Amino acid sequence: MAFRLKLIPDQTNFDFFRWQAVTFGLSAVMIVASLVVLFVNGLNFGIDFRGGTTIRTESAQPVDVAAYRGALSGLDLGDVAITEVFDPGFRADQNVAMVRISAQDGTEAVTPDTIAAVETALRQIDPEMTFPAVESVGPKVSAELIQTAIYAVLASLVAISIYIWLRFEWQFSVGAIVSLFHDVIITMGIFALFQIRFDLTTIAALLTIVGYSINDTVVVFDRLRENLIKYKKRALREVMNLSVNETLSRTVMTSGTTLLALIALLVLGGDVIRGFVFAITFGIFIGTYSSVYVAKNFVLWLGVRRDWGGTDPKDPKAKRKNVSPFEGAEEV
Amino acid sequence: MLQIDRWKRVLIFGICLLGLLYALPNAFYSRVEAHNDAVAQIEATGVETPELVAARDGWPSWMPSNLVNLGLDLRGGAHLLGEVQVEQVYKSRMDALWPELRRALAAERDTVGAVRRVEAADGLLTIEIGNPDQMARATEIARGFSTPITTLTGAGQQSLAISAQGARMTIQLSDAEKALTDDRTIQQSLEIVRRRVDEVGTREPTIMRQGEDRILIQVPGIGSAAELKELIGTTAQLTFNPVLGNTSDPATQPGAGQFLAPSVDNPGLFYILEGSPVVTGEDLVDAMPGSDENGQPSVNFRFNPTGARAFGAYTSANIGQPFAIVLDNEVISAPVIRSAITTGSGQISGSMNFDEANQLSILLRAGALPAEMEFLEERTVGPELGQDSIDAGKVAASVGFVAVIALMILSYGRFGLFATVALAMNMVLLFAILSLIGATLTLPGIAGIVLTIGMAVDANVLVFERIREELRTARGPARAIELGYEKAMSAIVDANITTLIVAAILFVLGSGPVKGFAVTLTIGIVTSVFTALFVTRLLTVMWFERARPKKIEV
Repeated sequence: MAFRLKLIPDQTNFDFFRWQAVTFGLSAVMIVASLVVLFVNGLNFGIDFRGGTTIRTESAQPVDVAAYRGALSGLDLGDVAITEVFDPGFRADQNVAMVRISAQDGTEAVTPDTIAAVETALRQIDPEMTFPAVESVGPKVSAELIQTAIYAVLASLVAISIYIWLRFEWQFSVGAIVSLFHDVIITMGIFALFQIRFDLTTIAALLTIVGYSINDTVVVFDRLRENLIKYKKRALREVMNLSVNETLSRTVMTSGTTLLALIALLVLGGDVIRGFVFAITFGIFIGTYSSVYVAKNFVLWLGVRRDWGGTDPKDPKAKRKNVSPFEGAEEV
Repeated sequence: MLQIDRWKRVLIFGICLLGLLYALPNAFYSRVEAHNDAVAQIEATGVETPELVAARDGWPSWMPSNLVNLGLDLRGGAHLLGEVQVEQVYKSRMDALWPELRRALAAERDTVGAVRRVEAADGLLTIEIGNPDQMARATEIARGFSTPITTLTGAGQQSLAISAQGARMTIQLSDAEKALTDDRTIQQSLEIVRRRVDEVGTREPTIMRQGEDRILIQVPGIGSAAELKELIGTTAQLTFNPVLGNTSDPATQPGAGQFLAPSVDNPGLFYILEGSPVVTGEDLVDAMPGSDENGQPSVNFRFNPTGARAFGAYTSANIGQPFAIVLDNEVISAPVIRSAITTGSGQISGSMNFDEANQLSILLRAGALPAEMEFLEERTVGPELGQDSIDAGKVAASVGFVAVIALMILSYGRFGLFATVALAMNMVLLFAILSLIGATLTLPGIAGIVLTIGMAVDANVLVFERIREELRTARGPARAIELGYEKAMSAIVDANITTLIVAAILFVLGSGPVKGFAVTLTIGIVTSVFTALFVTRLLTVMWFERARPKKIEV
């Protein structure tokens, strides 16, 4: 026998519905908590969404936030936020800070004079200071960026639910969408809780989570559909448990390899994309959880029509719902 | 049984080999880049210096030399999003119309009475006439300045919208004409920006129209967005110069007060031009594509009074002689003067098609930006920051790669090894496709690649887990492998199509780095499905044919 690392034994027989009240409750609590945090704290929007300017500074001397603030206080810039950036990849003499200036009046992104004034003021602290990145977004664009971001997330949710409805049944589609909202809201809640910067790339991360979570969910659904045909008489709940148990090994392996790659990126990938990678990493956890505990539980709750192919129409467990004419016409 | 036709095997191997060949240049990035730059420069100038030849020979020319395009966040450079103030053109059109209209109305002073312009909003021309009861006649005269619109969408409409009330008449551009004007303004702005950015000669700038009235400008390797703004702000030089002769020798020494300018249309042809221009672009009011009396494509242009006078004097004295239209020291066109042009408007016709006429009219107007640009978004990334990101991305990708390989081999043994080979092939194919289509790799794009490393094994995992299950039902190994692939198929397809949907939406709605992420994610999905379904399977089958094991373990 060659050695095999088995994260999950060959045959598992977990009852995934046993703790249904707890997991549903946990999900509900997390969603409510996320919404509360979102409402109270709000998201820490980056300049993509609120407009303004960020300047990245790099200096050989340690960053003294108070000194930076002092240097900029005379410039009448409005709201200025200064944060020091830490990264294990930095050299010993590499001290990085981000200076964020709120949007100035008018639609223009920023005037070169403002940037020059800020740079001159900061160079008084360290004449050798460099500014490796300067980004500025005007208020006009930022409003549009928010709009397209919301459209993007909604459009992908709609497109996915249509695909799943066509491939499976509407109950699956509802289950998948509920779990996707679940994932997106909780991830946003984490962003609001820890005040992690929320910008355009975060939206990309959210959509990636949507993609990953649905990927995971679909694999379970696919097996469920197969087993529903195979075991026509068994209770839906039982077949669901069997399906999740059968795909559990795959779920854990794929989440495992993806997390390995992402954690490497989180630790070693540099500070510029850390927020982005953090969102995806967190989303993989929540997405895996939701495909096991949220999506199919919703399907169980809604019930599934089980008379594919017209055989065995009197299955006592079959629940009839008002279904569209397309359903059941799907092959398997 | 497990069978793959020979031609299929050849095809799979062939694709992998091609992938390797096209991914390879990226492993020698700087050398290939130097080679490409040298080839381009030698082609453009025709001059071969030893340094250029050395750079060119640094990479064999028979090898593919397509590289992954590095985005601004990786290479460093400046990004600007400008909004063209298209309404400014409406105003200047109305301002230009006023003197002509006044002259026309003044000619009929006896009927319409005194005419004066009244203060009105920008883009409106409001005039008051002395005899309100003659308004019908006045509008008729104004209508004479309107031309029918000939595009499909605007067919049947006039270029001017004229309304009259009492003694007042208000003229503005019609909606159809505004749409046409906007389009022209943006095209013209794009052309001017492109010319000015090209002048600095940095590598592959991206200059494209975005939405209705915006222009996106991305220039790698430029110090800052402020520098780029300044560059775009400088005016291009348009002049009309007398032609003294032409030559094919770029080393020709022109005489005093003369200069040598290359032809845009005929590479290798150089004109010797009189140094002082007859007319400059500042005197040009407008240039539009049109057709001459024979129905041939032409470009119609118009000078202001000063320009018209100078041009008229020159053309009447030099009938039969060529003159050159010079833009930024390049000759766009050198037509021969057929008759004196004293009206201030002229026509350039000759061997050109409608597209060329349109292009030339854009170039002619390319003197100054037709309308101001307001910059809505600007980003500067320093080259060191980009390099740091690349380095960090490389380290993270390698560590992630090794960790995934270890987990796969520990979990699936020999089959894990097959999956690993497929994963490596996946990366190779990903880079090959990115290079071939000239996609831009951005920082989130690197994250997309790392995510692909993690997710790429998913299809393999699905298959392997399926084979394990089938083995438990005590079928023979060959049958188990076959069934494993068969049964895992629908899950693989569904799972990847949903991810593709997300990637497609990201691509359509995303901008900049997000788009880059969508591109790598999309290609990553396609290549990972290919490698999992074909490469791993082929490896498995080939091993199986040799070893003929009675029992397999996955």
